[in-house]
Amino acid sequence: MSALLKRRFVDQIKVLFGAEPTKPKEISPAAQQIHFYKKGNRDLIAEKLHARAHAEHKNTWRNRRWATLIFANLLFTLSFFLDIQILEGALTASRFVGFHLIDLNSALQVMLAHKHIINNLLIGTGTVLILWVLLGGRTFCSWVCPYHLLAEWAEKIHLFLAKKKLVTDQTMDRRLRSVFWVIFALLALATGYTVYEAISPTGILSRALIYGPGLALLWVLALLFFEVFFSRRAWCRYACPIGLTYGVVGIVSPVRILYKLDGCFHEGDCRKVCLVPHVLDTVIKGRAVEKEVPIGPDCTRCGLCVDTCPTGSLSFDVKGLSKLA
Amino acid sequence: MSDIENDVESDSGDKPPRKTAANATPAVSIAKRQTTRRRVLRTILLTGGVLGAAMSGFLPLVYAQKKRLRPPGALDERDFLGSCIKCGQCVQVCPVSAIKLADLVDGMGVGAPYIDPRAQACDFSCDAVQCILACPTGSLTYHKPAFLQVRPGAALAAKPILIAKEKDAEPTLNMHERIGVARLTRPEACLAVQGKGFKGQTRGPDFKGQLRYMSVDRWKPVKVSSHPYDVAECDLCVRECPVKGAISIETVFAPDGSKRKSPVVHEPCVGCGVCEMVCPVEPAAITIEAGEVWKI
Repeated sequence: MSALLKRRFVDQIKVLFGAEPTKPKEISPAAQQIHFYKKGNRDLIAEKLHARAHAEHKNTWRNRRWATLIFANLLFTLSFFLDIQILEGALTASRFVGFHLIDLNSALQVMLAHKHIINNLLIGTGTVLILWVLLGGRTFCSWVCPYHLLAEWAEKIHLFLAKKKLVTDQTMDRRLRSVFWVIFALLALATGYTVYEAISPTGILSRALIYGPGLALLWVLALLFFEVFFSRRAWCRYACPIGLTYGVVGIVSPVRILYKLDGCFHEGDCRKVCLVPHVLDTVIKGRAVEKEVPIGPDCTRCGLCVDTCPTGSLSFDVKGLSKLA
Repeated sequence: MSDIENDVESDSGDKPPRKTAANATPAVSIAKRQTTRRRVLRTILLTGGVLGAAMSGFLPLVYAQKKRLRPPGALDERDFLGSCIKCGQCVQVCPVSAIKLADLVDGMGVGAPYIDPRAQACDFSCDAVQCILACPTGSLTYHKPAFLQVRPGAALAAKPILIAKEKDAEPTLNMHERIGVARLTRPEACLAVQGKGFKGQTRGPDFKGQLRYMSVDRWKPVKVSSHPYDVAECDLCVRECPVKGAISIETVFAPDGSKRKSPVVHEPCVGCGVCEMVCPVEPAAITIEAGEVWKI
């Protein structure tokens, strides 16, 4: 990793906790050359318009992701409903053919509240930690979390209404998520009660899918309502401490989206579909510090940008895998 | 699409910052300052909203005074609420579906498990307290950690002997504390006290509760409604109690000094609630006092 990418790596961790991305102070000569080349290049602009007009809209990654998300949640439901015992429990804690799996944020809440860690809790948390380090941290959000899927559909309604100029997206301060994380951790520690679990839409939805619906779903509906009419993807963007927990895991994960500067035309389509557009600041004209820039840990690896990019400049990448080949 | 994206700055060519006099802060337009201020206000509003909703999550702690029956092996209420991860694995392993998860309005922790013994009691037809085995966090536990106190009277004098496996090499249940105690709360309604018998389906034909009848099937609980009774003197609570020596019909002195029969609960009672479930009178004459300890 070059010194510039190292600096960006640290900056992206700050962005995860809520800092706004800043313009890079220094850009590598190789990247600078490409930036200069693109500037005012008429042929390139013509090519860009051409490529964009002919780009077919794909939903490859979105379909794979939705299938995975639905399959994972269905496995929970069917394990109980048909008593096939493959994935017993709910998203907060479960057993996959006997192996304990425990959601990192729920585990953290219980550890802080109960202040006693039994072996099963430790094993389950460790397994899930390794799993999501390998798979990409916030990959959990977009590939497993049932609230994410509902929020994605709510987002579609929000965007439709916004297009009709009936609603506008009210943005918030992203540092709020870090504040919530600290508040809920402190509340668990101080009161000895996992209060976040009472309002976690992930837990509520997961249990509703497995054990049947309850009135707690009203809270989830209220959140979706808020997201449709007031603030786009507000819960996932500004509030959810689970997202931050998995984001931290994603810091060390080798699975990420890789941005390649030379093909990019800087239309910004990717940033328009992204749940966390601040991680894609590097695609803005003149911002990329290297020819290839990995996207930061707040990225949920949902692949919407990969599907949307008309030039294939964004792709899934496993760090170190290219070296092996 | 561009009109929907007011939070994403335009990607087309960032203009170089205007030259300002040294030490001068760049001017911020009134409109931009207003936008920022509104954003801060909105953020504070969302903070308040979410935290407000979260505070409702504390209600179970407030209600914690009111006891409800938790699954076997449950820690004391406060510790239980703090350690339960709300995954429902205990729900999944229970052969009689005695364990349910609380909803928002139940005020006992969204997703936290409880037992409503009148609807479906824990009859230990799993033989091994499977729910404890399934619990990933130790909310339900065979061995309480040393730093948690055992309330006086909560500890069982001996491991309870399960009548169903009395002849097995290991006839006991791995339980060290009771989850409650059965009490004859309405003796005047009790058929045994009145000297009456009982004939027919206890709880009626529509009752969905299940029970393991050793005479029917050692391994498969069946519906209580499929097992009608015909007893000259009602002793259903004693007859179906799964724990040895927990309850018996005794001759006792009534307040007026006369002798009468009555079910009497003994120390081995673990509070499973089978007696409450099978009690034929409405509401039940014998009920479980959840989280209650044995008082001499």
